[in-house]
Amino acid sequence: MSDNAVDTGRRQFLTGTASVLGGIGACFAAVPFIASFQPSEKAKAIGAPVEVDISKLESGQRIIAKWRGKPVWIVRRTPEMIEALKKPLAGQLRDPESKESEQPKYAQNEMRSKNPELLILVGICTHLGCSPTFLPSPDAAGVGENWRGGFFCPCHGSKFDLAGRVFTGVPAPTNLPVPPYKFLNDTRILIGEDDGGAA
Amino acid sequence: MNAIVKQLTGLRDWVDDRFPLMTLWNDHMGAYYAPKNFNFWYYFGVLSLVVFVIQILTGIWLVMSYKPDATLAFASVEYIMRDVSWGWLIRYMHSTGASAFFIVIYLHMFRALLYGSFKKPRELIWILGMFLYLALMAEAFMGYLLPWGQMSYWGAQVIISLFGAVPVIGGWLSEMIRGDYVVSDITLNRFFSLHVVALPFAIAGLVVLHIIALHEVGSNNPDGVEIKKHKDENGHPLDGIPFHPYYSVKDSVGVVVFLILFSMVLFFIPEFGGYFLEDNNFFPADPMKTPLHIAPVWYFTPYYSILRANTVNFFFVPAKLWGVIFMGLGVMIFFLLPWLDRSPVKSIRYRGGLFKGALAIFVVAFVILGYLGALPPTPGRNIMAQICTVIYFLFFLLMPIYTKLDKTKPVPDRVTH
Repeated sequence: MSDNAVDTGRRQFLTGTASVLGGIGACFAAVPFIASFQPSEKAKAIGAPVEVDISKLESGQRIIAKWRGKPVWIVRRTPEMIEALKKPLAGQLRDPESKESEQPKYAQNEMRSKNPELLILVGICTHLGCSPTFLPSPDAAGVGENWRGGFFCPCHGSKFDLAGRVFTGVPAPTNLPVPPYKFLNDTRILIGEDDGGAA
Repeated sequence: MNAIVKQLTGLRDWVDDRFPLMTLWNDHMGAYYAPKNFNFWYYFGVLSLVVFVIQILTGIWLVMSYKPDATLAFASVEYIMRDVSWGWLIRYMHSTGASAFFIVIYLHMFRALLYGSFKKPRELIWILGMFLYLALMAEAFMGYLLPWGQMSYWGAQVIISLFGAVPVIGGWLSEMIRGDYVVSDITLNRFFSLHVVALPFAIAGLVVLHIIALHEVGSNNPDGVEIKKHKDENGHPLDGIPFHPYYSVKDSVGVVVFLILFSMVLFFIPEFGGYFLEDNNFFPADPMKTPLHIAPVWYFTPYYSILRANTVNFFFVPAKLWGVIFMGLGVMIFFLLPWLDRSPVKSIRYRGGLFKGALAIFVVAFVILGYLGALPPTPGRNIMAQICTVIYFLFFLLMPIYTKLDKTKPVPDRVTH
C-alpha cells in the first residue's frame, strides 16, 4: 500500500479504458453467436436448382415443384387464358408492368414468362407467405365478381391474375415472384438457375 | 413437540445468520403491508404466477418425450397424447395453460386500466409488466411451432414474413430468424431452444423484478389512494394488512376456484372448440399446402386483425409495411400509458364519464378485433376491423385530452371498505 493520495484521474482513466476495451471484446465475442443464426451450409446446399419434367402437363393445368422448400407453380395456359390476359384491366392491377415485382428480366412482360404458354411462379403470397389457391375458371365461387381466373390467397384475400399480377385493394404489395429458370429441352425445365447463373 | 419446535427454530436461526431469510420473508410476505380493500380483480397477479408454475412443470415433463425434429416432432406429440402414461393430461395442461396464461394476464392488465395501477409511482412496474407480456407473446408464438402441425407451420410462416416487410434488412432479418429460406427443421430446433431455455429464464427474471418493484412502492388498490400516507405508531399503513396470512389465505381460495375452472376446460373441452388448439393443427405440417384459413391462436387475434386491416398504400409506404407498423404499435403503445393518462385520479371509481366511456368502447373494439381476427377475411369484416383499429388507436392517442377534460370526483383520504 503506498502512502500517496489516490490519483483519481489515473483511476478514472484506467476504469474507462478497461471498460471500452472490455466492451469491444464483448462485441467481438457476440459475433459468432449472432452469425450462428444465418442459414447453415447444409441449408444453402439444399437451396440448389431443381429439374422438372413438364411432358405430362396438360393445357389449363398446374403442377407444383419444390425449390428451396417453396412451392413453384408451373401452369400451361390455354389460348383463351392468354387472350384474356391481353385485355386491359384498367386500373385494376397494382403493378401491371411488374416494375416493383421480383422476376428475371425475361419475365418482366405482360405474360411474366419466357414462353407465353408456360407460367412459372413461386407460389408464396407476397403479403405474408401463404400459398394462394389456383382458381383458373372464371366462374370460381367466393372470390367476388369479375373474376377472370387466377390465384386467390385464402389467408388475407389477396388476388392475382393468371400471370401472377396482383389486383388493387388487396393486402399483397407486389406480383407473385418469378424464379429464375431455363428450358433444358422441350419437356424439361431447370428452376433456380438461368443462363445468367444460379439464383 | 416443544423439542421439535426448538430444533426447527434453531435451524431457522442458523440459516438466518448466513442468509437473509427472515428479511426476505418479512419484506415480501410477513410484513409486506397490502391495502385491505383488494377485490376480485386482485386475484389475477397471483393466478398468473400459478399458471407460470403449471407451464414450467408440465413443460419439463413434455420435453422428456418430445423430439424437436421436423420429421419426428408431430409424431412425438401424438406419442405423448396416446402412449406416454398420463401424457395426454400433461400435454393438455400445457396447451390449456397457454390460453389460461393470456386470460389471466389480460384480466390483470385490465385491472391496471380500471384502477390506474400504471400511474405514478408505479410506471416501472407497468413497464416491467409490459416486457413480461412481450416475453410471454414470444414464448407462446415459439411454443406453438413445436407440435409441427399445419397451423404451427403456417402461423410461423406468416409471422416471420412480417419481419420481411422491414425496409432494406427485411429479407436478411427473416432469414436470420428462420435460419433457412423457409420455415424448416432448423427453425423448429432454434424455436425449441428459445421456448424451453431462453424465454422461461427471461420471464422468471422479469417476474422477480416486477415483484421487487411492486413491493418497493406498494400495491395500488381499487380506490387508487396511497395507503402509505397514513401510518400507525409502528410505521405500518393504517389501511394495510400483512400479505401473510391475510392475502396468502385469501388468494388460496382464488387459486382453488381458478383450478376448478381450469380443470373443467382441461377435462371436458381442452381444445375449446378450436380456439385453444386449432383443428388444422391436427394435420402434420406441409410446406406445399397452405390451409384454407390461417388464424393465430385467440390471444393474438386482436393484433392480427389490425395487421389485416391495412390494405391501402399511402405516404409511399406499402400496405404490408403499414400493417406491420400498426400491429407493432398496437402492442408497444401500452408502454406509454403512464404518460398518456393525465387524470389526477387513479381509480375508475373517481373518474368521470369520458374515461369510463372511452375504456368501455376500447374494450368492445378490442374484443371485436379479436373475434374478427379468428375469422376468414371478407370486405365487410375488413371495414369493421378498420373501424375498430381506428378506435383502438384513438383510445391511446386522445387519452391526454379526454383524461384532462374529464370531471373527476373527490378522492377519499383513506380507502373505503
